[in-house]
Amino acid sequence: MTELFATDYFWETWPWWADTIFRLIFAIVAVLLPAGATVYLYLFKMVSFMQSRLGPMEAGPYGSMQLVAELGKNLQKEDIFPARADRTVFALAPYVVLASTFLLAVVVPFGPEATFVNLDTGVYFALAVSSVSVVGILMAGWASASKYSLLGGLRAAGQLIAYELPLILAVVGVVIQAGTLNLQNIVTAQNQQEIFGWGAIGNPYIITQLLGFIIFLIAVQAELTQVPFDMPIAESELVSGYMTEYSGFRFLMFFIGEFATANIFAFLGATLFLGGWAVPPFVTDLFNIAWDSPIMNLVGPFVMLTKMLLLTFIFYWVRFTFPRFREDQLQKFAWKVLIPLSLINIALTAVFKVAF
Amino acid sequence: MMSLLLFAQEIEPLTNTEQWVINTFFYVIALVTVVAALKMVTTNNVVHAALYLLIVLAAVAAVYIILGAEFAAATQVLVYIGAILVLLLFGVMLTRAKIGSEDDLNYDQRWIGGLVSVVLFAVMGYSLWEGFEDTKLDPAFQPQRTGDVAESIFTQYIVPFEAVSVLLLAALIGAVVVARRD
Repeated sequence: MTELFATDYFWETWPWWADTIFRLIFAIVAVLLPAGATVYLYLFKMVSFMQSRLGPMEAGPYGSMQLVAELGKNLQKEDIFPARADRTVFALAPYVVLASTFLLAVVVPFGPEATFVNLDTGVYFALAVSSVSVVGILMAGWASASKYSLLGGLRAAGQLIAYELPLILAVVGVVIQAGTLNLQNIVTAQNQQEIFGWGAIGNPYIITQLLGFIIFLIAVQAELTQVPFDMPIAESELVSGYMTEYSGFRFLMFFIGEFATANIFAFLGATLFLGGWAVPPFVTDLFNIAWDSPIMNLVGPFVMLTKMLLLTFIFYWVRFTFPRFREDQLQKFAWKVLIPLSLINIALTAVFKVAF
Repeated sequence: MMSLLLFAQEIEPLTNTEQWVINTFFYVIALVTVVAALKMVTTNNVVHAALYLLIVLAAVAAVYIILGAEFAAATQVLVYIGAILVLLLFGVMLTRAKIGSEDDLNYDQRWIGGLVSVVLFAVMGYSLWEGFEDTKLDPAFQPQRTGDVAESIFTQYIVPFEAVSVLLLAALIGAVVVARRD
């Protein structure tokens, strides 16, 4: 079993094209499977319980086939183009958003060797490609030839630009502490550093970078345009913002993009702040294996899934309990609270990094 | 185990097939870049022009990746696509963004612009040709490490780096002063 997953056996004897196809399929699985899981678990069920109702119960036992029903419903709907829309841009916009989601997924490590790409720029690349989705949103808003859509698109762009800064600055603290941009090395650093000589749980950066973690969560919530930052798709004012005119398959792509991006940001948060795919070193000591033994290639994805579900739970918990920010409050909160706080966090981290 | 910490990825020299694949990809990307650039200046719609610019910028980032300059590629995406292009689209959509073609997009200065770009192309092409001529990319080349980039910026090029920082800060403050007329 162990030999099968040893590096030189499992990965490196493959021709490059087989490797590419294998990674491609797994990337699609890694994006779509968690998206489906969180939509069913949280959007359908958890929210229903929070609002004292049952949620979908008819399709399959306990409504578990509801997702398939939704998929079928959306796929057979007519793909409507508004009469005055810019057809090409309108049709391409969902692909741009989804492309950004998939590019974001490729850098997340799921085990010591289970990575799609082990980029040296890791987290920097992730933050860079996450900003591409804004272009897709603006394309959708403009090409729909609808005032609601355009307003939604503009609001989304303004918000995403404003909250990208605290997102990046919150991550800088982690990068300083780990001394690397590579996500795999950030995981390594978290599991090999010690807290004042006590290494039983490694040093997950949620402890030292708590401020950064909180800013990260808030900024991600805003990047996903979820409540309390959902001005771009405020349904009581803008119908559904930039998605208003979309239907059928293209709406489904926006929908998948939205939830898959939430998951991947949760994956990133887990990698940066919760120790990534590794379990705390004292657990691996119990089983007498190294913290990065090849078996973690199998266990790692499940550890990541658990941590991801934990973080997405927080996203949806906030999403369904908070009221909405007003547009000016939203901008003020980013520029006058989050950015100064994250700058202070960076300064403090740098001081401690030099001092210790 | 400790090898993970450093991630010394030993990358073997490229085989002939791999070089062939990389070259093919380069020519495809180059073709896309040139066509998108031409469409960008000839299209009759401002938003379409901005979106063609997006293709050009993304293709340039792809060329950086082929050359193993990951950091430059990510910066290209973050700065040019994520910030500048989004601001451009944002501004265009806030002010004038009709759907369909516009007739008044062509200006009298386009011939001068064409002349400038031809001269620029000649000068840059000549200098690149003189500088590298038929030098081939070393098949054993390694992707550039971000740590090396940081080291060269903060040791060898520290003075230009700081000068550019001050210049950008001055531009930032200048923009605020010009925009705020209280």
